[in-house]
Amino acid sequence: MEKRFLLGNEAVALGALDAGVGASYAYPGTPSTEITEFILGSRASQSGKVHCRWTANEKTALEAALGASYAGRRAMATMKHVGLNVASDAFVNAAVAGPNAGLVVVVADDPSMHSSQNEQDSRLYTDLALVPCLEPSDQQEAYDMPRAAFDLSERHGVPVLVRLTTRLAHSRADITPRPATDPACREAASDRRRYVLLPVNARGNYERLVSAQAALEAASETSPFNRLIDGADRRLGIVACGLAVNYVLEAFDGSCPHPLLKISQYPIPSAQVERLLTSCDRVLVVEEGYPYVEGKLRGVPPRATPRILGRQSGEIPRTGELTPQAVRAAVGMPQREAVHVPSTIPVPRPPALCSGCPHADGFRALSEAMAAHGGAGRVFSDIGCYTLGALPPYDAIDTCIDMGASITMARGAADAGLTPAVAVIGDSTFVHSGMTGLLDCVADATPVTVVLLDNSTVAMTGGQPSLATDRLVSICRGLGVDTDHLRTLDLHPTHHAENVRAIAEELSHPGPSVIIGRRECIQTARRRAAHASDKEAS
Amino acid sequence: MRRNLILCGVGGQGLLSLAAVIGDAAIRSGLRVKQAEVHGMAQRGGAVQSHLRLSDKGLHADLVERGTADLVVSLEPMEALRYVEYLSPRGVVLTARTTVENVSRYPDAAALDGELAAVSAVVIDAVALAKEAGTARCANMVMAGVASPWIGLEEAALEAAIERLFASKGRSVVDVNLSGFRRGAEEGKRLHAATAEAV
Repeated sequence: MEKRFLLGNEAVALGALDAGVGASYAYPGTPSTEITEFILGSRASQSGKVHCRWTANEKTALEAALGASYAGRRAMATMKHVGLNVASDAFVNAAVAGPNAGLVVVVADDPSMHSSQNEQDSRLYTDLALVPCLEPSDQQEAYDMPRAAFDLSERHGVPVLVRLTTRLAHSRADITPRPATDPACREAASDRRRYVLLPVNARGNYERLVSAQAALEAASETSPFNRLIDGADRRLGIVACGLAVNYVLEAFDGSCPHPLLKISQYPIPSAQVERLLTSCDRVLVVEEGYPYVEGKLRGVPPRATPRILGRQSGEIPRTGELTPQAVRAAVGMPQREAVHVPSTIPVPRPPALCSGCPHADGFRALSEAMAAHGGAGRVFSDIGCYTLGALPPYDAIDTCIDMGASITMARGAADAGLTPAVAVIGDSTFVHSGMTGLLDCVADATPVTVVLLDNSTVAMTGGQPSLATDRLVSICRGLGVDTDHLRTLDLHPTHHAENVRAIAEELSHPGPSVIIGRRECIQTARRRAAHASDKEAS
Repeated sequence: MRRNLILCGVGGQGLLSLAAVIGDAAIRSGLRVKQAEVHGMAQRGGAVQSHLRLSDKGLHADLVERGTADLVVSLEPMEALRYVEYLSPRGVVLTARTTVENVSRYPDAAALDGELAAVSAVVIDAVALAKEAGTARCANMVMAGVASPWIGLEEAALEAAIERLFASKGRSVVDVNLSGFRRGAEEGKRLHAATAEAV
């Protein structure tokens, strides 16, 4: 097969296509977005052979995937790490029921928080859901693992987590594809005892899930993705999880003198770990994210011999993604001589709203209207490009916690007497997790002003279609927002004065109001214009 | 043959295209390649960088280790300075001259020039060369050309990669980028010979 030069994310997507995935759902989120973009761009998706869609949020994505699996198709849901929090109810309970056709959940973690608000480690969810996890060490494994994950899922009747981190998700290398398989569609499931999780049924299912753990661990012991490579120098043993093995090998220029256990399939292969622990004086665990394996090996109280080293012990920085220099130091190789000290000249260059961005007009109008309240009010915001409204020159928002928290935090603050309590949320984030919070406000007649910035796209992740487009007014009406306090503004500088006036009026309304500030994202508008002129030219 | 490159610039300058051209040309030249990119939030006018590693043998890490970069290729001078600690003892900085001053407290010209001189940076007026080629927007391909003698890939391989990358955008886009690359390559060969003499 001809080699391909692919991002880790694209390799996962191609691997899933070649493994015969029948349905794939996702909500966009860095660093996971390119998986779904690749599938959407494939012939299999465009011909309808694979049903691939962006969904309202990660929970709806995972539940749709479970439904497709139930109906007999190999199914996948992909998301970023914090998306798994949103989907966790479905994730944990899908494991109790178990899939019919293979069910794979691909999650991309973001250590160093390049584009995220935390660096949570998705492997911890596997302890909660009692499911196996595959963690590719390179782009080739990223391609190979969806197939292995579907097989594992079907063999053991559990969903399988595939965990990536930013570095692999967004790094390209060549991979060699294998011939595609086209697994036959299974019969739709019909076992109600498995799929109706009444306590009486769930107890039996949960027993089944717990007793499957021994077989899952045995699968890890014989997995081609896990490997104990012997080394003569047993003063140190190394456990390297996922892509960490690359930094270890790089430090030793390809040949590690110490026993090296590569772990890319969980549950942790305990017999292999045991062999390493009994033969080495100290054991270093190198892993992206939390000290997950390190903590388990250390135990409580901490094991005395061999000493377990890693992020928790301080050999490797506790936070942030792994770097070649950090791993080199941890494995005891001499540090490279510094040729140049870091220059003190560069100033930080944070991302910023684009010139001409409609959000900027929204913030200018909102801040002017808020100024009349002399600093008493607060602006609770949300996740998207508009979070950049926290930075100068806007300095326009006070909070950003998680998807949808703007409206609900404003509600709680209003309940506690804060006024004006304003929520600023984008159109896609609103349909992801804002609608239910708005219903709370309507039901309780809470005095909040919700500014819904409608740029008609999921802008931050590169302009995926927003399910909110052309639906916001009817959604708000349907949730019961009083039409006298449901206003639509054109976020253009020429309308600035009237926009300020309209926002000011709603800030003093003693009940919930929604202001939809509308103008298309300047990036998608430009792309559309370029596309149109290309078409004209051809 | 083994090259560790740091490519850097400001979101929107075409850094990913620069990385893609070198990566694609290297792959088609039979080399192993690892190319780490920045996607997402940082692309909105922020600092962006790509670690690009080429080798005729195996490669492991996706990131360049500090102190081992053969080349820093920058589309913006202040961004070049952000990565000087990555340079190997024989590492070279190639940077476009034109500043992007979208931040407050951008360093003044004298400080910037002094710091670039301290690392013997090769400073190129990539925008002027790009304009000669047809449009300032192909400055990224000018820098691909400038860097080509240091990278050690055949010019023909890089030109073929440019053809492939821009093919979907039409012949005129391909041609202006090729023309920018060639202007840059001429300049690069001259500068490369000059620095080789200096050594």
